[in-house]
Amino acid sequence: MKLWKTILAAAALVLAAGTSAFAARTDLVIGITLEPPHLDPTAGAAAAIDEVLYANVFEGLTRIGPNGEVLPDLAESWSISDDGKAYTFKLHTGVKFHDGTDFNADDVKFSLDRARADNSVNAQKGLFAAIDTVEVVDPATVKVTLKNPQSSFLYNMGWGDAVIVAPETADTNKEKPVGTGPFKFQSWAKGSSITLIKSDTYWGAPVSLDKAEFRIVPDAAAAVPALLSGDVQAFPFFPDLDGVAQVQGDPRFKVVIGATEGETILSMNNKKPPLDKLEVRQAISFALDRKAIIDGASAGLGVPIGSHMSPASKAYVDLTGLYPHNVEKARELLKEAGLENGFKATLKLPPPPYARLGGEIIASQLRDVGIDLQIVPVEWAQWLDQVFTKKDYDLTIVSHTEPNDIDIYSRKDYYFNYDNPTFDTIIADLNLTSDEAKRMTLLGEAQKILADDAVVGFLYELPKAGVWDAKLEGFWENAPIQANDLTKVKWTE
Amino acid sequence: MTVYLLKRLAIALITLVLASMVVFAVLEIIPGDPARLMLGLNASADQVELLRNQMGLNAPLAARYLHWAGGLLSLDFGRSYTYSVPVIELVRERVVVSLPLALIALALSTIIAIPVGLFSAGRHGRAGDTIAMGAAQLGVAVPNFWFALMLIYLFAVWLRLVPAGGFPGWSAGVWPALKSLVLPAIALALPQAAILARVTRSALIEVLNEDYIRTARAKGLPYRAVLWRHALRNAMIPVLTILGLQFAFLLAGTIIIENVFYLPGLGRLVFQAITQRDLIVVESVVMLLVAAVIAVNLLVDLSYAVVDPRLRSRQ
Repeated sequence: MKLWKTILAAAALVLAAGTSAFAARTDLVIGITLEPPHLDPTAGAAAAIDEVLYANVFEGLTRIGPNGEVLPDLAESWSISDDGKAYTFKLHTGVKFHDGTDFNADDVKFSLDRARADNSVNAQKGLFAAIDTVEVVDPATVKVTLKNPQSSFLYNMGWGDAVIVAPETADTNKEKPVGTGPFKFQSWAKGSSITLIKSDTYWGAPVSLDKAEFRIVPDAAAAVPALLSGDVQAFPFFPDLDGVAQVQGDPRFKVVIGATEGETILSMNNKKPPLDKLEVRQAISFALDRKAIIDGASAGLGVPIGSHMSPASKAYVDLTGLYPHNVEKARELLKEAGLENGFKATLKLPPPPYARLGGEIIASQLRDVGIDLQIVPVEWAQWLDQVFTKKDYDLTIVSHTEPNDIDIYSRKDYYFNYDNPTFDTIIADLNLTSDEAKRMTLLGEAQKILADDAVVGFLYELPKAGVWDAKLEGFWENAPIQANDLTKVKWTE
Repeated sequence: MTVYLLKRLAIALITLVLASMVVFAVLEIIPGDPARLMLGLNASADQVELLRNQMGLNAPLAARYLHWAGGLLSLDFGRSYTYSVPVIELVRERVVVSLPLALIALALSTIIAIPVGLFSAGRHGRAGDTIAMGAAQLGVAVPNFWFALMLIYLFAVWLRLVPAGGFPGWSAGVWPALKSLVLPAIALALPQAAILARVTRSALIEVLNEDYIRTARAKGLPYRAVLWRHALRNAMIPVLTILGLQFAFLLAGTIIIENVFYLPGLGRLVFQAITQRDLIVVESVVMLLVAAVIAVNLLVDLSYAVVDPRLRSRQ
């Protein structure tokens, strides 16, 4: 009797071991650098919120795909009126929120109206500014009427800030997010990790992973050992660019260098003398050696830019040849501006390595042409307060990571203090134009003007280094938006 | 003894009140707007103003101080701006990591330091002393984050005995939780042990030169007995002072080690709150830490009285 039991138990063990060897893993630990302050994408600008929840827990009418394209999401299709003002969205049916309630057109109306309400604190309220009315036609149809045609409307509806939430749970999403996505929220150990599990009621194609844990690894130096020890299996945004070399040759890992939407620029205060002089800004542009900056601040990864557009974008025009590194030319221009003896200015640097390391290199490059920069390191909070809000700065370095954001140069009162009516007209035209070819022309002109005016020193496009276990596939290569879409991620063995 | 105690208590209370004012004032002065931080670069000024109102940031300074300090008196520490949960909840989640970590590190540091101090003092000026103190000097000089990384590569990456970082929570079991605290505790304990060993040694050497030690030796007591019974006890006061300071440091000053091991401890909570300008969290947690430091100092003061009977009888 006893023997039988032992044999059975042994057989069961062998079977269990056998099946687990054949079935691929379904759990995953993903490393992220910053902890989201809360879990509601409609109530905060922190990229870390979308990094956990976008496309995984929350869905919008549309969504942004791996290469920045607009894809249908909760809306299966749409039609646009001839005047370009009315969008009629046909919604998927049979969609449920994670709390079991049904999703329908009322939720869409609620979400859009909530985001654009007077008391809304949606961080990207501008996305909804063109909306005039949102009408529920029937439970599966929503009609959105715009005040004026807006070419980027479908793209805007794909942002994390435009996801659809349920009225019952909208106020508690910060702590316990409830969406319609393929993963539902399970737990949040503050300071440590956020765990999502597969939703059984998902309407779309089922995901491969049963469980995804986002583990917060704040120190870049800890990322490599976390991977090597197997504690973390993927860093889609690998924080330690110098550490990339350390895992690159290792067959256990896959390293993918992609592009982001982050134009890293040496911002200048266009109203602050002597930076208000075109010659001075051009001199600075000539003094910059982008290659050296990329090598020093970004481990040699990253593509030089000559204007405010990602090289991965269809609208990109290569203007890097306009201001090649030329010390003589820079000195000449300074002389023309009456500053043959150079000048002194401050360079305020926020915490990311691209700014702190890049700042030191830039300061030394500008010293070669006689410009003496005093480096002032600041925290993000100080940067937002002094530089961005009060415009109390001469120069600063920052990466503008919002996608398709060339329009920031036309914003009134933006921290560049740049004002060019011709440029403003182009951006205004662009917003009303939906013809693709004409849009490309306008975007090209816009880039050209910014480069000609040397509004800022255009440095390089921030790279995205993704490192993950070689047995994993389905991660995004590029980062058209800051997100970790896990819907296609799976273990191959 | 009672007077001694009451005096200490009164000083503690005054310190707390003054600290609350300083903490509040300092955080009001540093630039940075929590509302702007939450809304990012694309939000308009009107919207930031709206959120400031919703967060209660537009009330006058004095009113906000009184509201906050009044809350503290009734043990209400307020709600976090960014997490929008009660601060006390955040603290409770972090204390279960930081307190055990601090205690383990302190225990390790004491276990290493006292014997080394005794050993060195006993061999004052000889080769053993020089080697031990050289090692201690190294322990103080080595940057702890580098030492931590070396520990990770050795024990987590190469030997795979413990995780490279993270904290599974006590709910995952006592053993897995303890395992994840071992390396950070060692990394924290070593520099502290080095300092403590040096203090123990010098305190002992001073005591060993006293007349009563010579007397004890002269009456025929073995060296070992003199060292343990007479010298160590009298050398305890500086050692206890350092221990008290180290405990306070280990409770919240361990941000670098917490980052390297990505532990959700108190230090990181404060650090994160400062960068996010979650002022209420910073203010309340700093006050709690001030209270903890004062409590520890009070304990140290009391322990002086235990070690030194003269303090007990003095009125």
